[in-house]
Amino acid sequence: MNGMALLSIFVLSIFIGFEVVSKVSTTLHTPLMSGANAIHGVILVGAIVVAGRSTSNLELTLSLIAVILATVNMVGGFVVTDRMLEMFKGKKESATK
Amino acid sequence: MSRNIYDFIGLIAAVAFILALKGLSSPKTARNGNLIGAAGAALVTLLVFFYEKPAHLVLIILAMIVGTGAGVPAARKVKMTAMPQLVALFNGVGGGAAALVSIVEYLRLGSDASGGDVAATIFTVIVGCVSFTGSVVTFLKLQELMTTRPVVFAGGRFLIAIVLAAVIGAGGWVAVSRGSVPLGVLAVLALTFGVLFVLPVGGADVPIVISLLNAFTGLTVAASGYVLQTTVLIVAGTLVGASGTLLTRKMAQAMGRPILGILFGAFTATPQAATGAADTRPVRSGSAEDVAILLAYARRVVIVPGFGLAVAQAQHTVRELADLLTAKGVDVAYAIHPVAGRMPGHMNVLLAEANVPYEQLVEMEEINPTFPQTDVALVVGANDVVNPAAKTTPGCPIYGMPILDVGLAANVVFLKRSMRPGFAGIENELLYDQKTTLLFGDAKASLTKVVSALKAF
Repeated sequence: MNGMALLSIFVLSIFIGFEVVSKVSTTLHTPLMSGANAIHGVILVGAIVVAGRSTSNLELTLSLIAVILATVNMVGGFVVTDRMLEMFKGKKESATK
Repeated sequence: MSRNIYDFIGLIAAVAFILALKGLSSPKTARNGNLIGAAGAALVTLLVFFYEKPAHLVLIILAMIVGTGAGVPAARKVKMTAMPQLVALFNGVGGGAAALVSIVEYLRLGSDASGGDVAATIFTVIVGCVSFTGSVVTFLKLQELMTTRPVVFAGGRFLIAIVLAAVIGAGGWVAVSRGSVPLGVLAVLALTFGVLFVLPVGGADVPIVISLLNAFTGLTVAASGYVLQTTVLIVAGTLVGASGTLLTRKMAQAMGRPILGILFGAFTATPQAATGAADTRPVRSGSAEDVAILLAYARRVVIVPGFGLAVAQAQHTVRELADLLTAKGVDVAYAIHPVAGRMPGHMNVLLAEANVPYEQLVEMEEINPTFPQTDVALVVGANDVVNPAAKTTPGCPIYGMPILDVGLAANVVFLKRSMRPGFAGIENELLYDQKTTLLFGDAKASLTKVVSALKAF
């Protein structure tokens, strides 16, 4: 894909990023931050790609470290966000009681 | 698998991330939003194995097992009180991973790297490394493994300016020479800058810095996506970068803190004289029975929960007290400061855990006008969010932060462990006020005593 197409995707994504969180309530700031944090764990895809293509031991070592770190970010991030939100669900049930 | 199918499934994942962020903005859809995001991430991770058919498959899978083994138990077992620093840590490792990915790709490309690749690599290495060490320092601050006060030393301003100049210089060196040694030097300098950047930030501003570093990591992921020509990384990274920037601004507004002041605090901070010797002014401390009587005769009681309540795991006891008072005909409400706890929305998470009825949780703007009609404001383990210094002392670290006006209530009761100042490290004048009663001790133990005194009453 050429640079211009990638740049277009980048610019349009900025606007979507602003738009989707424009109405978030203070209550959800922490879970939202945590959820966004988990999403950038998708760098795991990049880590797997570079690990798979690596041609020297140095590249392999560094990229495997990247795989470990990215997995922690992605998997841990989604799990901890879910734990936070689970409690919000409990709150709603008690509110309707 | 063809490139088209790969890109198409990448597009599905990108849409999933957009829906995830959208879902996370509303309480009703938040949990599903997070699950959609997780599904998108899982889909694209699985897919890359089929498309790339990577070498070293066993090692990669082993590394993923190690990562999962470290991340999941930490996420499951962390106490809700310690959650902000875990998020900071997860963010830091993500930034570190993005920097490593770019470094490896740069080494592999060698002289094949285009000008754009080199520029994106320099950006990723700088910002990813800053995000990594910066997040580690915020973790240490929140975990109280180091001081929560701003760390400012003589010449610090000078040092940080030099390191920043060196980072920029090393970036230029990488661009010109395209060697691997300059890139290593750049990484080390950027790691150092990350530490220096966060050290002068005061404890109360740490959540904003976490949010900002989160946005930084998003942008580094987008830049690595450019180098690797992977659309889903660009979209996901940019979404997080943009939404994270907006979120940072909103958080700063909720706390009444200027973002630029926090960011460039590193450049402008001057060493402050240590706060004087421990204050020896008299305070009025009462017994649990005194507090129980005060509460029983009140018509309206506002409970101000803070981090101390969370640390003592006293959510359930405070609810028992509230139920008891309600049964006696007292009007009870909880005043929730936007940044009560350690992060915006943190206290809502903690009280939801104790099943406190949603309608009793009142936000700051709504509850502040009602304090003059309140007989007792019961402050449980909170300090900075009720500290009038935020209004009266220009230049103190929390100056300008909106506070709960508990001082307007007829009586104020503080449940505190000690006279130790709050997280931001500032003395609270309200503690010495005539209408203030202090009950020292662990929040849970104190509340239990008040509850039994009230039952005996």
